[in-house]
Amino acid sequence: MTTEARLDRIRGAVPPRNHNARTIAALTSNPGCARRAIMDAAGVDKQRLAACAGFPAPFGQSQFAITRGNAFEAQVKANGCAELLRLLREGLGLPIPEVSYDDLEEVAGNTSRELRHARTRSLLARAAASGADAGTLFDHPLLRLAVAGQQVYLEPDLIAFQLHGQFHVVEMKSFAVIDGQADGDKVAAAATQSAVYVLALRELLAGEGYGPDSVSHEAVLVCPENFSNAPVATLVDVRKQLTVLRRQLSRLERIDSLAELLPPGLTFDLMIDEAGVAFRPAAELTEAIRTVPARYVPECLASCEMCYFCRDEARGTTAALGRDVRDDLGAVETVSAVLGLADGTLTPADEQAEAAAMLQAAARLRRETPGGAA
Amino acid sequence: MSTLTALARAQAVARRIAQPVATVRHVHVSDRPLVLIPLALAGEANAPLAAMVGDEPGSPRLVVVHQPRNRDQRFAFAAALAGIVVGYVEAFRSAVETIPSGQGREPRVRCADAPQVLVPNPAGIGFVRLLGRSTRFRRSYGEYAVDPAVPVLGRWLTFLAERAEYPGSCLLLAATDALALHWASGQSPVEDLNLAALLGWIDPPAGMTGPEAAAAAEDPVLWPPAGPVTDPTFDNEVLAPLIEACARAGDGTGARRRAESALEAAVSAQLTPTWGLMWRGVGLLRALPPGGRVAARWDGDKDAFTRHAEHLRAGGPPQPRRDSAVAAARRLDWMERALASYAVQRALDDPLVLAEYRMTGEAFVGIVTAAEPGPDRRLGQAAQAAPADHRHHGGPSAGRGRRPAAVPGPARAERAGRLRVAIGPAGAGRTGRAAAGRPGRRGGPGAVRRDGPGAHADPGQRSGGGRPGLLHDAVRLLPAVRDVPAARGDAVDARRPAARVRARRRGR
Amino acid sequence: MTARDVPPVHAEAQPPTIPARQLPATAGDLAEQAVADVLAALDGLPGSGGPDDLTGLTGGRHRGVVVDSPPGAGKSALVVRVTAELAAAGEPVMVVAQTNAQVDDLVDRLALATPGPAIGRLSAENYMPTPRVARHATVSIAQRADDLTGCRVMAGTAAKWATVTNGLWPWAVIDEAYQMRSDTLLRIAGRFERALFVGDPGQLDPFSTITTERWLGLTWDPMESAVAALLRNNPGIPVHGLPVSWRLPATAVPVMAEAFYPFTGFRSGTGPGGRRLEFTTRGLGAFAADEPIETAAAAGWALYELPARHTVRTDAEAVMACAALAERILQRGAVSYSERAPAGELVTADRIAIGTAHRDQAQAIRSRLGLLSVAGVTVDTANRLQGREVDIMIVLHPLSGRVDASAFHLEAGRLCVLTSRHRHACIVVARAGIPQLFDAHPHTEPVHLNVPAKFPDGWEANQALMAHLASLRVRSL
Repeated sequence: MTTEARLDRIRGAVPPRNHNARTIAALTSNPGCARRAIMDAAGVDKQRLAACAGFPAPFGQSQFAITRGNAFEAQVKANGCAELLRLLREGLGLPIPEVSYDDLEEVAGNTSRELRHARTRSLLARAAASGADAGTLFDHPLLRLAVAGQQVYLEPDLIAFQLHGQFHVVEMKSFAVIDGQADGDKVAAAATQSAVYVLALRELLAGEGYGPDSVSHEAVLVCPENFSNAPVATLVDVRKQLTVLRRQLSRLERIDSLAELLPPGLTFDLMIDEAGVAFRPAAELTEAIRTVPARYVPECLASCEMCYFCRDEARGTTAALGRDVRDDLGAVETVSAVLGLADGTLTPADEQAEAAAMLQAAARLRRETPGGAA
Repeated sequence: MSTLTALARAQAVARRIAQPVATVRHVHVSDRPLVLIPLALAGEANAPLAAMVGDEPGSPRLVVVHQPRNRDQRFAFAAALAGIVVGYVEAFRSAVETIPSGQGREPRVRCADAPQVLVPNPAGIGFVRLLGRSTRFRRSYGEYAVDPAVPVLGRWLTFLAERAEYPGSCLLLAATDALALHWASGQSPVEDLNLAALLGWIDPPAGMTGPEAAAAAEDPVLWPPAGPVTDPTFDNEVLAPLIEACARAGDGTGARRRAESALEAAVSAQLTPTWGLMWRGVGLLRALPPGGRVAARWDGDKDAFTRHAEHLRAGGPPQPRRDSAVAAARRLDWMERALASYAVQRALDDPLVLAEYRMTGEAFVGIVTAAEPGPDRRLGQAAQAAPADHRHHGGPSAGRGRRPAAVPGPARAERAGRLRVAIGPAGAGRTGRAAAGRPGRRGGPGAVRRDGPGAHADPGQRSGGGRPGLLHDAVRLLPAVRDVPAARGDAVDARRPAARVRARRRGR
Repeated sequence: MTARDVPPVHAEAQPPTIPARQLPATAGDLAEQAVADVLAALDGLPGSGGPDDLTGLTGGRHRGVVVDSPPGAGKSALVVRVTAELAAAGEPVMVVAQTNAQVDDLVDRLALATPGPAIGRLSAENYMPTPRVARHATVSIAQRADDLTGCRVMAGTAAKWATVTNGLWPWAVIDEAYQMRSDTLLRIAGRFERALFVGDPGQLDPFSTITTERWLGLTWDPMESAVAALLRNNPGIPVHGLPVSWRLPATAVPVMAEAFYPFTGFRSGTGPGGRRLEFTTRGLGAFAADEPIETAAAAGWALYELPARHTVRTDAEAVMACAALAERILQRGAVSYSERAPAGELVTADRIAIGTAHRDQAQAIRSRLGLLSVAGVTVDTANRLQGREVDIMIVLHPLSGRVDASAFHLEAGRLCVLTSRHRHACIVVARAGIPQLFDAHPHTEPVHLNVPAKFPDGWEANQALMAHLASLRVRSL
């Protein structure tokens, strides 16, 4: 069975979830987890799956955040991106002479993705060929990136503009930059998403014969400044994110080695009927999911829809207590083993001898200290 | 390496209830703290939505912004909040106490007590900082004028948030931080940021185990998030329609009033459970006996409060947006010293905390079996041998130069003093000689050399430049009173250098 | 310079710009040219008046020169030479180093290099002069700068200089400047008019016990390294490089340059075959430690791989392996041949070192060596091994036995220090499974605005080194 057929079977009789920059960026957040790798490669709807298995995910998006994001973007792009141009000129000191603006959203009423992508490619290639200082903003370009053997269409709401023969990816986010500082996790997410676009843009231009230097590794991040709605732009170096993404994408190419280890009949199909109700029994689904090993850490609670499922599975392991705690416990895997080694009721295997000694010393100190529980 | 706390977590999992990791309370809890629970609107830069605030568990006050995107309403919120918070804070300026100073200096005056603000979690501290930033530069005149109380609120909030970064300070505390300092739950530190879950582990309701209570706490309907981030489902299903209704209704109409009441009721329902949790947390902390050095650290907080109150009264400028180079360097130095001193103080106050250092070999405890007299400048003149009524010495940073109590100061001798300390596991029969002022080389189980400036780093325990290591202070950890035999003929008299003390070996 | 084969310039090394009239034929010429460039740049610095704070260290015209030095490139020699030349020209110089040991080393070498001018050693109250400092008649020691007014050269640690509150020296020479913190530089910046900063950007960064985001993005972030802050505030300051490592053998330089100095690179002072290791006795294959030792002697590197396992930090098997390697090297009577000792020199215990990431690991290895009655081998952490040089280095890989890689253990500077101490060979001891660690490593570190991305990236640097070592792997049984 080919890998693709295998992944299709795992996903079941539904179309695959579309990747976007956010989901591709999320591939870097826990690369060691086979469960996530398989599900992402197969395009499984993790949110639905978790709910069916009895562990609905805690994620949701507040509409206030969505409206604010849209409003900010609309404001920055209004009037042919007047605000943005001012920002690039004044804020970043970039000399932008004449600017032309191209909206690539609709192609004469026909919005097929292949066509839009083709138009994007031809326009960007022409801009690249025309040389430096063509100063063009491209709105709604449609890019493409190979992910796990498939071509994924990426529609950034960003604008790529060209300066000195280099394209810059522009990313608009609605979290605030206050006195020059912004939330580090949010900036990291924005940087990784920008890196996805940089990769896709480089791939596109490579197809036209241009080297990777045609796309700058500095993305322009546009955010509201302080407590107002006025935008501010900062350059963000995404070279590290590019390296990480490239490595992870190439690992995804090798998903077949993972898929081969799975039982051939494995499927996460939810058996959804015409009314949209899922009929797959939860117990059976759980068993199926568990055949693919996971690598749960508490950080999953903030980043993966399967988190509650995997956390429940990981109850009683030291990994569920966090990486640092697991390290401090000498990398012993389960809580019961830790306690058994600590009070001497469990005979340590050869490789556990040192961990056992350490845990016994710790237990003794806790016991003997007045006020410490025995 | 905090193997003991990690083990405590494992024990908590097995016993289904949080385990203590401290025997005393390391934070000051005021008699009259102000609990502040803020809520912010999603997607905006710290746009306040509501706050529940008060210093009495039975009387929470609610301040709500009915149209959170309306900037005038935001500043009206700030003014209303200022009425409560600034009123609370400035009430502490009236009562003063006199501190006798050292020789040659005038006694100085400082506030007898300082305010204490409690927020649910570290994100709450972030909210206070940002709210302070967005209000302290506002003006009460000119274009975009605001109520005069607003910039005052901003400066107090900024003061509190800056002080919160200072290790050992208790003026602004996050409840989850304070609780996690004393108890290890059976979940991960990430999950401990959920106040309801953490309290579920520490103090589960009758009939429930810790994990059951924590699991129940994750249901946002029963236990709404402690903020400032709101639950997205609440936002979409309850909040958005209510805000919309407020906006739609005309000014001053009955419809507007009804819409506003409905909004307030919904927000209050989100905040009230957390309000209860906060006071439960306060109660749990109060039940612990305070550590010996907590009061001294609170004195430092009182000093800082007094200084800032003076600064405001003298009409000083608001805190700058970013630190200058010199201010940053100075602040970093203070923080590093404070961190070192705070760590040492907690270890000296609390045997469970000290046990962590014993585990890594950075401290040891033993009985002095012999003493060679002769002071070393590092330990101060008095640290020679263990007299019968000896008490724990403070570390150099703990006492701020205070002389150790109950040990008379002898005449200086030429060479460094040495203490022979019996340590080691039962039956091991090893003794270590801790040379005063230098780290013991054959110190005891796992004792390692400690380095001076630029020493190597363990994750989470990196050393700054040149601070005396705990081992130096540990040399002062002469045994507690009960371990040294009562005064007998062989008790040492520090003034007679030839005397020796004999003590029983302490087995472990 | 001996007439030997011209060592090939490695493709990655980018020598500093050399005037066309001089075509360096040897590494020695290259190094000389670099030093001459630095001296010329220093000559060209204008004097300016008055103390400034960090942001005022520029004035349009540069008041400083930065020299990046890869490991073993003669950094301290440069410091000594520049100081000597300035002192000989009659200019007062303040010499700043980061630790007392470094200051003593410089004072000793200065006194030997310049017998004339008086040298002052500024020190703290409880400083005990080491014999090699005390033996020089020209060296005076005092706690206050006022007590050393006769001294043309005054040397002290940065921490001590920070307590000096007045006085203005026309020149400052600062050693290990990349290991100095920005706030320390701020404290001493008012004491000098012109400065030479010498340091290694690839080694350990300074750190603080405090974690805060308060100053991130500011060009005067006190927790940044001094040189990084200096260059951000004064982007025009020239940065020179010392292009040749005299310590690292030709087998090490390409690997180290690629992994830890990806943008600047450097070359080896000796060519292939310039350093050799041989053994007095033959190994008969009875000792597990023989094969890795022989591999390292031949190729300059070896990876001694233990079976994959998750262990506590003081992994007994790894500890014993490190100690056994040291013991076996001594038993076999290793002899080193180099340009310093063409006739060969026995590798004694003091020419071997074992490096770890954590103190308790070093302690465990020391204990083990004690049990084996092997004395004299240095065992220490990366922090304390900085600046040291040995013939053969044994490294307990920071990631060995770990379940996952943390930022601390991936830090490039740490690995760089550990793998750049040796003149002949480096043996890395590690449990199998490290490449899987890299693959599984989640990349969730926060990114902060206006903070330049730091290169080399620890994850990348680690992978580059392991990729090289993979071909030189010896599995333990």
